[in-house]
Amino acid sequence: MKPALEIQNISKLYRIRHELKPYLSIRDSISGLFRRNSSVTEDFYALKDVSFDVMPGDTLGIIGKNGAGKSTLLKIISRITPPSSGKIKCRGRIASLLEVGTGFHPELSGRENIYFNGSILGMKKKEIDKNFDAIVDFAGVEKFIDTPLKHYSSGMQLRLAFAVAAFLENEILIIDEVLAVGDAEFQKKCLGKMDEVSKSGRTVLFVSHNISAIKQLCRSAVILNQGEIVGKGNTDECLNQYLISSEERIKNSNGESNLNGKFLKRIQLSSEGNIQNTVTPGESISIELELNTKEIVGEIILGLIIRDEYGQALIGVNNLHYGTNFISAHTNSEKFQMHLKKFPLNKGHFSIDVHIGSGKKDIEVIRDAVYFSVSPGLIKGSSERLNDQLNKLFVDEIEFRKL
Amino acid sequence: MEIKEPIEYEIKSRSGFSLGLRELWDYRELLYFFIWRDIKVRYKQTFLGITWVVLQPLLLMLVFWIVLGDRFGKDLGSIDYRIFMLSGFLLWNIFSSGLNNAGNSMVSNANIIKKIYFPRLIIPVSAIGNAFFDFTIGLFVYITVLIILQTPINLTGVALTVPALILTFTASLGTGSLIAALNVKYRDFRYALPFMIQALMFIAPVFYPLQISTENASILFAFHPMYAPIELFRQHFQDYPIDQTAVMISAGVNLTFLVGGIYIFRKTEHYFADLA
Repeated sequence: MKPALEIQNISKLYRIRHELKPYLSIRDSISGLFRRNSSVTEDFYALKDVSFDVMPGDTLGIIGKNGAGKSTLLKIISRITPPSSGKIKCRGRIASLLEVGTGFHPELSGRENIYFNGSILGMKKKEIDKNFDAIVDFAGVEKFIDTPLKHYSSGMQLRLAFAVAAFLENEILIIDEVLAVGDAEFQKKCLGKMDEVSKSGRTVLFVSHNISAIKQLCRSAVILNQGEIVGKGNTDECLNQYLISSEERIKNSNGESNLNGKFLKRIQLSSEGNIQNTVTPGESISIELELNTKEIVGEIILGLIIRDEYGQALIGVNNLHYGTNFISAHTNSEKFQMHLKKFPLNKGHFSIDVHIGSGKKDIEVIRDAVYFSVSPGLIKGSSERLNDQLNKLFVDEIEFRKL
Repeated sequence: MEIKEPIEYEIKSRSGFSLGLRELWDYRELLYFFIWRDIKVRYKQTFLGITWVVLQPLLLMLVFWIVLGDRFGKDLGSIDYRIFMLSGFLLWNIFSSGLNNAGNSMVSNANIIKKIYFPRLIIPVSAIGNAFFDFTIGLFVYITVLIILQTPINLTGVALTVPALILTFTASLGTGSLIAALNVKYRDFRYALPFMIQALMFIAPVFYPLQISTENASILFAFHPMYAPIELFRQHFQDYPIDQTAVMISAGVNLTFLVGGIYIFRKTEHYFADLA
């Protein structure tokens, strides 16, 4: 059997243009009309030499952090943007659901939207006619089918949109994050429908942050990292590998990392006063940042985002949230610290992004500046273990009292 | 599901140039739905609804007749100014609203372009299709006015309506797809477009007959892509003169815009999703 999709050495290059001057005057832009080299371009590969095959009837999950190139890959496969090099051989009609309800118009009725949306997704009018009742039934909007869409609740709009997509008869389906929205019950219904679709012999490519959904639906998976494939094969193996790779990084660091950012020079994590990269829930931790503030004028804002192993942001804080203001001292080296008395996250692998801001704007953002893990175990000061399955977060300020 | 050999195709970085008409034909149903959607949406929540399409040309005809009828009527000989003006306006309206809507169409449909693939040319074509829908209704109004005013008709001239409409379509599509492509990258065109359309109107024989303009200006007329269709359309008037050289020049300019516009559109369409 020939593969439904043969993806061969796909690369996507974006050219980012940096202006040399921080401002652009009218005179500059006018003279720039005749002199095109006033800016520097930097090449950025959103995808680098990506190749894999998808067999007919396979359900493939695409995993990766934000910015790993997942969406770019889906856009190329669905022909929205062309690759810079490489080619893809497709056998079958592709329907892509990069968003639910593409082309929905608030002034049109439910019925009219089903026809227009279905047609945009590539359905023939005959197919829509045939499935019309089933679509309305699946969405549960019979009563409102001739009401303009703008009077629908957002949940109803979403159900209608998914219902149209669920009845696509294309051989290859590409689905991006559409399950991230909607209530729990409807999500379940969607997952069920997708399971049914994948069992009907069609090829499905599925991108989601929802690891449990990928586990449930996909037989095989591809891991992307910074535009490159770092793993492919069986879903469980891939997911394990994905977790191991974030573990590796923690093993290779010791809670301290020297960065050659323009402003951020070093970040250091310590727990209970020792530099280390493993923390127990409830322990104190300190994050120390060393900054070159020579070129920063006035106020400095430090923001930290803690992400889990899947790249999902869990906590985002900056010093302003806690009423602290920093003023630049214009030196080569200034140190700042964030101290938490009791670390609230439970078991897992985490990373910290550092945002350095000045005057309401980010002037430097460093993704995953430091990695660390939280070991399962006893809450400090208690003899009880937290339930790993139940607790992602440990709230310190809860009091139990006998009245 | 019936088992059939699935269609096979390739996605590559750059393919050779084609006008993509075959693919456009494959997607004709979507084209129909785009036109249908825009017509449906346009007069939602209006009291008069589709009546607007009838009222607009009639009211404009009335205004122009009252203000300019006496002045230009003399140059037209036996032809009634109301008929002259309405016939020009109907075709001009296809071009101006077609060009205006097509020019802005890629930007206003950016949310769809970024998420779904289909031949992009469908969008400007549907914008023009919409203008033709208005024309069809306007045509009934026009015929009614012809009958009421008991205008003598030159039957052989009626046949020229067909090339007139084809040239109106090509004029709108050529300029419309050109502006649509440029508008994605430089939004300046959004602001320049209404002005351009207005300027173009004054150098076309829409509201006033050519005879009143100076010798130099009439050369300018010939290079207008809408000159040929408007003059051809008016051949059903009795005793309406035709300047064959000027019509040929205009038709040539018209078709050059068509090929050039679609060429630039097709060349840049791959990057619409990245730019829009």
